[in-house]
Amino acid sequence: MLSFLIRRLGQSMLVMLAVALLAFSMFRFVGDPVTNMLSQDASVEEREQLRDSLGLSEPLYVQFSTFVVQAAQGDFGISYRNQRPVSELIAERMPATLELVAVAFIISLLVGVPMGVYSALKSHSWLSHVFQTLSLVGISLPTFVTGILLILTFSVTLNWLPSFGRGEVVNIGWWSTGLLTASGLKSLILPGIMLGLFQVTLIMRLVRAEMMEVLRTDYIRFARARGLSNRAVNFGHALKNTLMPVITIIGLQLGAMIAFAIITETVFQWPGMGFLFIQAVSFVDIPVMSAYLLLVSLIFVVINIIVDMLYFLLDPRLCADRGTANSH
Amino acid sequence: MQRLMTMRDDWHRFLDSDLFYSFKGSRITVVAALVTVLMILAALFAPWIAPHNPFDVATLDLMDSELPPMWLEGGDARFLLGTDSQGRDVLSSMLYGLRVSLVVGFAGVFVAMIIGVSLGLLSGFLGGVVDTFIMRVADMILSFPAILVALLINGVALSFLPQEVMHDSAIYVLVLAIAMTSWVQYARTVRGSTMVEKSKEYVQAAKVIGLHPLLIMIRHVLPNVLGPVLVIATINLGLAILTEAMLSFLGVGMPPTEPSLGTLIRIGNEFLFSGIWWVVIFPSLTLALLVLAVNLLGDWLRDALNPKLR
Repeated sequence: MLSFLIRRLGQSMLVMLAVALLAFSMFRFVGDPVTNMLSQDASVEEREQLRDSLGLSEPLYVQFSTFVVQAAQGDFGISYRNQRPVSELIAERMPATLELVAVAFIISLLVGVPMGVYSALKSHSWLSHVFQTLSLVGISLPTFVTGILLILTFSVTLNWLPSFGRGEVVNIGWWSTGLLTASGLKSLILPGIMLGLFQVTLIMRLVRAEMMEVLRTDYIRFARARGLSNRAVNFGHALKNTLMPVITIIGLQLGAMIAFAIITETVFQWPGMGFLFIQAVSFVDIPVMSAYLLLVSLIFVVINIIVDMLYFLLDPRLCADRGTANSH
Repeated sequence: MQRLMTMRDDWHRFLDSDLFYSFKGSRITVVAALVTVLMILAALFAPWIAPHNPFDVATLDLMDSELPPMWLEGGDARFLLGTDSQGRDVLSSMLYGLRVSLVVGFAGVFVAMIIGVSLGLLSGFLGGVVDTFIMRVADMILSFPAILVALLINGVALSFLPQEVMHDSAIYVLVLAIAMTSWVQYARTVRGSTMVEKSKEYVQAAKVIGLHPLLIMIRHVLPNVLGPVLVIATINLGLAILTEAMLSFLGVGMPPTEPSLGTLIRIGNEFLFSGIWWVVIFPSLTLALLVLAVNLLGDWLRDALNPKLR
């Protein structure tokens, strides 16, 4: 397991370095960073000073290593548009995104898993067919269309829920939370549903497929033969074994949700990292773009490693037979 | 004449085939195919069937702006689905938008297929360092969600190209972004089957008679590994159309001067609160219907051609 973990860490470092190289070349070669950072009427001395302080006269590989070291310490430079440190901007926006993703994730689990279990256990009931059809529609419906429909129904027509922003937020240290005020919670509902809905369909289909597979196995048949109650067989034996592949894929989806939050945040003008990134893209604010990319890649890589380790924890067989973890 | 005969034979053989039988048996697939074909035809003939030309500024009249669909109060028979804030006919813009969406979708899938198949062939046929490198890059791309990779490529292109050029080249950048996010699947599949084919006798024979490896790859191996590629292409078409729509919706795709369905939805979304819901709803529903139909077709084709499920 240790050798596997080390190899995995090595791979992840390579991925991060590749992303860093991309981010660095964007920063270095798109326009002149000095012109981008200073206002139009900056003097020649100021330019030279900034050029030196950025280390732009050093050889490229030195510049790159400085970039990597600084990024590792959370220093991504100064936003071209806001003239503020990027790390500050991101730290301000991060709680909004993480809260949104957490809410959506919980919604998708609470709805998706029971739907999946039900349609696996009663695969011929009419409700299961309804679920199946809904999930197909859910997978095909573009998320932003879902969002627009939600806003049109619940904000414009019924006027029940707010359609943009986070509502009132409470600051706990540097973390601003919308979970403690009524308007904050209300604002979370629609974006949470929009981001969660796609995951619901995915989780439902996954749980259903896995559970139907498990229900067909010999040990389930044997458990039934032993006279165990339906409840014990379905939930004690079948569900437990269903959840292992489900947990790993859901874990990976958590990363995808952070990326998909870009769309939700755009629809609901949610002041999170994704909205910041989209604004940065349209203003070619490269430090913000590269910081976001590096951060999201890091989150991804970390989730991937955790999921790989979960395999070992959840399935004791893998410790005996290491090869399968790689081939998966 | 001879040619016509064989074509007719082929057609009859197709009508007799298992594939067509399974197609006829699934009513929902027939409907999906009909919807898809209708949409493609509508997009193809948009300039002829669209009641107005939404890009001809001379015909626009601000007096006609924000008219509701014709069956609602205040609707105008000239504008079946109403007009937007500048007096453009929603139905006509939608037909043109559908055209752009489909062109980008098909082109994206096509380019992805070419990139994926060539890299997969190279990877499987040559093995060694080339194989490791290509597959590691593929792993890397696969570990990120498609939308992020596409946004990244779009962002980089946006920052490298000056604004004026960007407007005209938006469509190429989009196609490239979609292709870059989806070539991996083709590459992996083709690599797998190429490795199987490589050890077969006909390839060995071609090697022995001294054919150039490139020639062996293209003339001999390629035709034998293309089967699954077409299935993947059908399945990915829906995804490609969606990715394009998402990017356009986010404002980094097609510009408003040459709108796709996604761009139309983005523009309509800005007017959501002024009560002119038809500008955003009709393109949204069209997009959803198109993607649903294409996905249903793809799902059916995958199952119909999967020998395990027969």
